[in-house]
Amino acid sequence: MIVPRLELRHVSKRFGSVVANDDVDLSVDPGEIHAVLGENGAGKSTLMKIVYGALQPDSGELLWNGQPVRLRNPHQARELGVAMVFQHFSLFETLTVAENVWLGQQRTMPLESVRVAIRKKAEEYALEIDPDRPVHVLSVGERQRVEIVRALLTDPRLLILDEPTSVLTPKAVERLFGTLRKLAQTGCSILYISHKLDEILALCRRCTVLRGGKITGACALGQESAASLSRMMIGREPPKLGGRTNQAGEPVLRVRDLSLQREGRFGVPLDHVSLEVRAGEVVGIAGISGNGQQELLAALSGEDTRAAPEAIELLGVPIGAQGAADRRQRGLNFVPEERLGRGAVPSLSLATNLLLTRRESVRPFGWIDRRALGAQTAAVIRRFNVVAKGADAVARSLSGGNLQKYIVGREIDAVPKVLIVAQPTWGVDVGAAAQIRGELVSLAEAGCGVLVISEEIEELCQVTQRLYVIAKGRLSPPLLTAAAGVELIGEWMSGLWPQTAPREVSA
Amino acid sequence: MIRLEERAAPSLPFSALSPVLAVLFTVLVAGLLFVFLGKDPVKSLAVFLFEPFHGVRALTELGLKATPLVLCSLGLVLCFRANVWNIGAEGQFLLGAITGGWLSLKVTENGLQLPRLLFFLLLLAAGFLGGALWAAIVALLRDVFNASEILVSLMLVYVANLFLDWLVFGPWKDPNGFNFPQTMSFSEFAEVPRLVKGMRLNWGAPLSLVAALLVWLFLFRTHAGVKLQVGGAAPLAARYAGFSARAALWTVLLASGGLAGVAGAIEVAGPMGQLTPHVSTGYGFTAIIVAFVGRLHPLGAILASLLLSVFLIGGELAQSRVGLPSALTGVFQGVLLFSLLAWDTLIQYRVRWRAVQ
Repeated sequence: MIVPRLELRHVSKRFGSVVANDDVDLSVDPGEIHAVLGENGAGKSTLMKIVYGALQPDSGELLWNGQPVRLRNPHQARELGVAMVFQHFSLFETLTVAENVWLGQQRTMPLESVRVAIRKKAEEYALEIDPDRPVHVLSVGERQRVEIVRALLTDPRLLILDEPTSVLTPKAVERLFGTLRKLAQTGCSILYISHKLDEILALCRRCTVLRGGKITGACALGQESAASLSRMMIGREPPKLGGRTNQAGEPVLRVRDLSLQREGRFGVPLDHVSLEVRAGEVVGIAGISGNGQQELLAALSGEDTRAAPEAIELLGVPIGAQGAADRRQRGLNFVPEERLGRGAVPSLSLATNLLLTRRESVRPFGWIDRRALGAQTAAVIRRFNVVAKGADAVARSLSGGNLQKYIVGREIDAVPKVLIVAQPTWGVDVGAAAQIRGELVSLAEAGCGVLVISEEIEELCQVTQRLYVIAKGRLSPPLLTAAAGVELIGEWMSGLWPQTAPREVSA
Repeated sequence: MIRLEERAAPSLPFSALSPVLAVLFTVLVAGLLFVFLGKDPVKSLAVFLFEPFHGVRALTELGLKATPLVLCSLGLVLCFRANVWNIGAEGQFLLGAITGGWLSLKVTENGLQLPRLLFFLLLLAAGFLGGALWAAIVALLRDVFNASEILVSLMLVYVANLFLDWLVFGPWKDPNGFNFPQTMSFSEFAEVPRLVKGMRLNWGAPLSLVAALLVWLFLFRTHAGVKLQVGGAAPLAARYAGFSARAALWTVLLASGGLAGVAGAIEVAGPMGQLTPHVSTGYGFTAIIVAFVGRLHPLGAILASLLLSVFLIGGELAQSRVGLPSALTGVFQGVLLFSLLAWDTLIQYRVRWRAVQ
C-alpha cells in the first residue's frame, strides 16, 4: 500500500464565529495531481494555509509520509518540501523579480545565480519572465508567474497551486500542464486549486470538493462530468447564457489612432490603437497581461487624461481629455481589474463604496440621502446575489467573488451607454462567473456597448461578438468571434497578425 | 511565549477599548513615576486627575482649556483622514492669534463699541482667514511642487513663532507696557463674551461643539466628506472614481488651518486678553495626540480634548501643590500616545499564549 505524501484527518479551523474548515479529510499520494474544488469562501484557501503552515488547525492532524507533523510556520513546511503559489501574492513592490526570489531563498546563493536559475526555470516551464524588472511595474498576471517560478525553484515535494492558469495563454496552459505532469512523474505531489472544471478534468486524477468548509465530495475524476462536479461544488448546474442576437447599432465608443508614451520606466507605450464598440454588442480584447491593457484601460476610463481629446469619442463627443467622473456622467462606466483599493475602498461600507461611481442619492450641496443610499445599495446586493451582511458591511469583509459581483453590479445598475470591464471573472467561482457573464450579455442586449478585457479566451468566446487582440501596446484588427479559432487568437496574442488588414478579418 | 495572530476582521471592542486601556496604563505609569520621585502616588494622582474636576470654577477652566484643543484637533481629523499630514496646527493657531489680535487691537485703539455678536463673528472670520492663509502656503507648495506637507507645515510653525515675536517686540508693543513684549490689554468690547459671570469660560466652548457637529456632518453625511476619506484610504480608488486629490488637499488644509486659526483668535481675545509671545502652550501639537486618541472622530476629539486638558491642568496643579516638575505633563502625553498605538495592535491582532516547546 502506498503511504500518502500528505494526509489531513478531521481538520477544523474557525475564525471567531465563522467555521472555515469543518472536519476535513484529504489525502494526496506521491506523484499525484489532486484537485481541490470549491466556490469562493468554501474554505480552500484556509485549508491550503494550514497545509503550508501559515495557519494552525484548531483540531485534527496532519500526516507527512505517514508521520504526524505539526507545522507551526511556513518555514517548517518548506523544510518538508511544501511550496505554495498563493492567489494573493507576497512580493516586495520596490524590489526586482530576482531580488524577491532571492529574499525567499533558504540557502544563501549569490543574486547572479538566482537570476540565471530564474531564466532557466522560466524557459523550462515556458513562463515569460524578466528577472530584472521591479515588481511594482508588473501586472497581476506577471506577478503570478514570479510566484510560480519562485515555488519551482525550491524543488518541492508537494506543490500547492492556487488558480495558476488564470493568466496564461491556452498554449502556455498546455505547456504548464505538461510540466506539472512531468513534475508529478518525478514523485512531486501537486494540490491544484481551480474553478475551471475542464482543466481539472484534463489534469487531475482525484478531486476533493469543498462547500461551506465541509467536504461535499471526494472522487476519482474518471467517473465525473463537469456537471456533476459543479453540482457538488455549488449545489446546482451552472446557469447557461441565453441565446444572443447580434443587433449592433451605432458606434458608442470609438478610439482612433491613440498613442501614449510609457509612464514610468517599465510601462507599456500604446502604439496607434484604434477600436470601435457599437451599441448592443460585446467586444473583447484578448491578450496576455502586461501588454498594454492597464495603459489602455486607464486612457479609456479617464484615470489617464493624456490622450488627445479627439482620440477617444463617446457617443460622438471627444472625451480624451476628460476625467473619470465626467466620462461617467456621460454614460461610460468601468470595472477595474483590482477590486480592493481601486474598484472599492476596503475599509468603507458597501453603501459608501456605491458613492464612488453613483450619485443618485447625493442631494444639493453634496448632502447624502442615507435612506436612498441604503435602499440603492440593498437593491444592488439583492439583484446580483451578493453575499454580504448588508449595506453597512465593509468591502474588505466580502469574499473576492462577492465583491466582484457587487462592483460589476454597481456599474451595470447605473445603466451605462458604454461599460468597460477588466477581467470580469478573475478568481470568481463558476456560478458567479456565469451570472456576471449573463448580466454583461443582457446589458448589451438592452443597447449598451460592452468592452471586455480578459485573459480567458474561453470567456471572450462565450460573451463577445467581436474580438481584438492586444500585444506589446498594439491592437490587432477586429475578428468576428464566431469565426476566430482559439489557435488563431493564441497566435495573434504574440503579436503576429497581418500588418495590413483593411476590413474585418473573418478568419 | 507570546505570539500575535492576525484577526480575520478588525476587533470592534478593542477599537473602542484601546483609548481606555491607554489611559489606564498611563495612570499606572504616572503612579510609578510619582513613587520613584518620592511622592505619595495616591495624593499626587488625586491632584493630577481629580483636582481639575473639583468645583464649578475648575470645571469651567477645563472647558476653557479644551476649547482650542477641540478646534485644532477637528481640523487634524479631517487632514489625517484625507491622508494629509498637517502637523503645523500650532503655526496656524499662532497666525489666527495674530489676525484675531490685530482685530482686537484695532477695536481697542479706536475705542469702538461693536455689538458683542458682531465682534465675535468678525473675530472668527479674522482667525479663520489667518489660519487658513498659513495652511494655504502648505497646500500651494504641495500642490505645485509636491513638497512634503509634513516638513512645510512644521517649519511654518517656527516662522509663525518668529513673526509673532517680531510683532510684539516691535510694532505692536504696548507703548505704556514698561517695554514688556506684549500688546496693550484689549478693551471689554474686544474680548470674547463670557458664558458665566466671574468665570473665564467663553462663547468659544459652545462654538467648538458646534464645529464638531459640523465636521461630523461634513465627514459622514456629505459627498465631499466621502471623497476626501476615499482619497485618504485608497488613492487609486479616488482616481478611479474621478475624485480630485487637489480638491481634497485644499479643502482639508484650508479647513484645518481655519479651525486652528479660530482657536488662536479665541485664545488671544479670550483668556489672554492681549497678544504675547506665549499665546500657545503647544495646543497645535497636543491636538495631534488628541486627534489620534479620539480615533479621528469628531466626537472622540471632544472627549480626548477634555482628557488632555485634565493632563495640562493637572500638570500645573501638581507643580504648584506637590512640587512635581512641569515636564511631567509632556511625559504623560507621550506615554499616552505610545500606549495607545501599542494597544491599537490588538485591533488587528490577537495575542496567543503558548508554552515554549
